[in-house]
Amino acid sequence: MITVNNLTKRFGKLEVLRGISCHVAQKEVVVIIGPSGSGKSTFLRCLNRLEEATSGEIIIDGITVTDHKVDINLVRQEVGMVFQRFNLFPHMTALQNVALAPMKVRKYSKKDAEVLAMSLLTRVGLADKAHQYPEKLSGGQQQRVAIARALAMRPKIMLFDEPTSALDPEMVGEVLDVMRSLALEGMTMVIVSHEMGFAREVSDRIMFMDDGLILEEGTPEEFFQNPQNPRTQSFLSKIL
Amino acid sequence: MRFDDVFKYLPLLLQGTKITIQLTVVAVGCGTVIGLFVSLMRLSRFRPLSLIARCYTDFFRGTPLLTQILLFHYGIPPILGFNSFPAYISASITLSLNSGAYIAEIFRAGIQSIHRGQMEAARSLGMTYGQAMRYIILPQAFKRSIPPLGNEFIAMLKDSSLVSVISMPELMMSGKIIVGREYNAFETFIVVAFIYLIMTTTISQFVSYLERVFGKDDHGE
Ligand SMILES: Nc1ncnc2c1ncn2[C@@H]1O[C@H](COP(=O)(O)OP(=O)(O)OP(=O)(O)O)[C@@H](O)[C@H]1O
Ligand SMILES: [Mg+2]
Repeated sequence: MITVNNLTKRFGKLEVLRGISCHVAQKEVVVIIGPSGSGKSTFLRCLNRLEEATSGEIIIDGITVTDHKVDINLVRQEVGMVFQRFNLFPHMTALQNVALAPMKVRKYSKKDAEVLAMSLLTRVGLADKAHQYPEKLSGGQQQRVAIARALAMRPKIMLFDEPTSALDPEMVGEVLDVMRSLALEGMTMVIVSHEMGFAREVSDRIMFMDDGLILEEGTPEEFFQNPQNPRTQSFLSKIL
Repeated sequence: MRFDDVFKYLPLLLQGTKITIQLTVVAVGCGTVIGLFVSLMRLSRFRPLSLIARCYTDFFRGTPLLTQILLFHYGIPPILGFNSFPAYISASITLSLNSGAYIAEIFRAGIQSIHRGQMEAARSLGMTYGQAMRYIILPQAFKRSIPPLGNEFIAMLKDSSLVSVISMPELMMSGKIIVGREYNAFETFIVVAFIYLIMTTTISQFVSYLERVFGKDDHGE
């Protein structure tokens, strides 16, 4: 589903990604962990070209994303993204947030888009908040709307960049519940997260990134019980 | 003090006031349209476009409005092969272009004040740059631009008095006409000033009302 070959990314002189290669299969759930500044967000943002790769190749669902002749908007329609800071549109209600892209990008009628939006809000447990503006919602509720908004494009892949780290602790669970149900339904997911319990339970594979490289990867069992790389070991000992 | 000699010209003053308001509305109205396009050009990643926008705003913000009015009214028509333009044409065009430059900067600041996460969220849903601008960025930026737009309106109302130099019969010109006939500069210009003051305070009240309604960064259609 996703293939990355020797991806590098530089910001000026700063080399943030230094040659990343990996493959994510259909329906696979991959969790990326790693210290702050290791390039996790940058990697995720390269996948839907919010950042331009400096070199290397990214292939998503058979389409070479890094090829400039590719219409990136078509790729983005298949790749949902959820941000740490939610980034809901503050001038629109929850329902309008979710219905907008289906209407404008997929050209659904207003009615169809709103029916779809309502069903997705119901699914994330927020049908009763459909007509609220984001500022009236808690962080956890905003993030669930953001997930519904991404799902409204019927993506084949979902990217999550620390979706719970801007949330108060008591709201983390409700967002993870939604993500868990997505994983169970077979959504292909790449998640940057420091929720180790969640990673262990839901992911098929864990990748450890440090200093722009994937240093180690494995199933949650292998990864947590028997990490090979000393850097992984020291990182895990700090956060577990 | 002989205010009677001013008030017998009330119809002339009211006519001038009407023209001042018309000029200001035309200038800020056209200026808003111009400003929208120029601000988008200015933010474009296509260099020549943003350079043109930059030259335009720099010229109209960096030179005196009086110079612009005289240049346009006396300087441009001969070059284009005309004898002259009617004063209302020169006045409307110059004030619109001037206002457009200031409003472009207002919109640019408004657009740049929107967190870049908004653009990223919109683009990540597959929207084009244009769609993201139109549905996400501009509505929010426009709302934030309302107070400075109100200030621009007030500034333009006052600055439009400068077109009296090309004999545009607006409020200031009406005052000059009265003074020319009655030699009562103090009384006349006090009354003229007072009319301007009524208009500007009314508008600033209205702007702070709008600010209360729209100013907070929340919803509203
Ligand atoms: N737009 C940018 N311009 C310049 N440098 C950047 C930019 N974005 C990220 N960086 C730098 O790239 C490095 C990696 O950033 P990135 O956000 O990918 O790390 P991260 O692993 O997601 O960290 P965190 O856990 O703190 O979110 C950091 O040193 C950061 O300062
Ligand atoms: Mg990050």
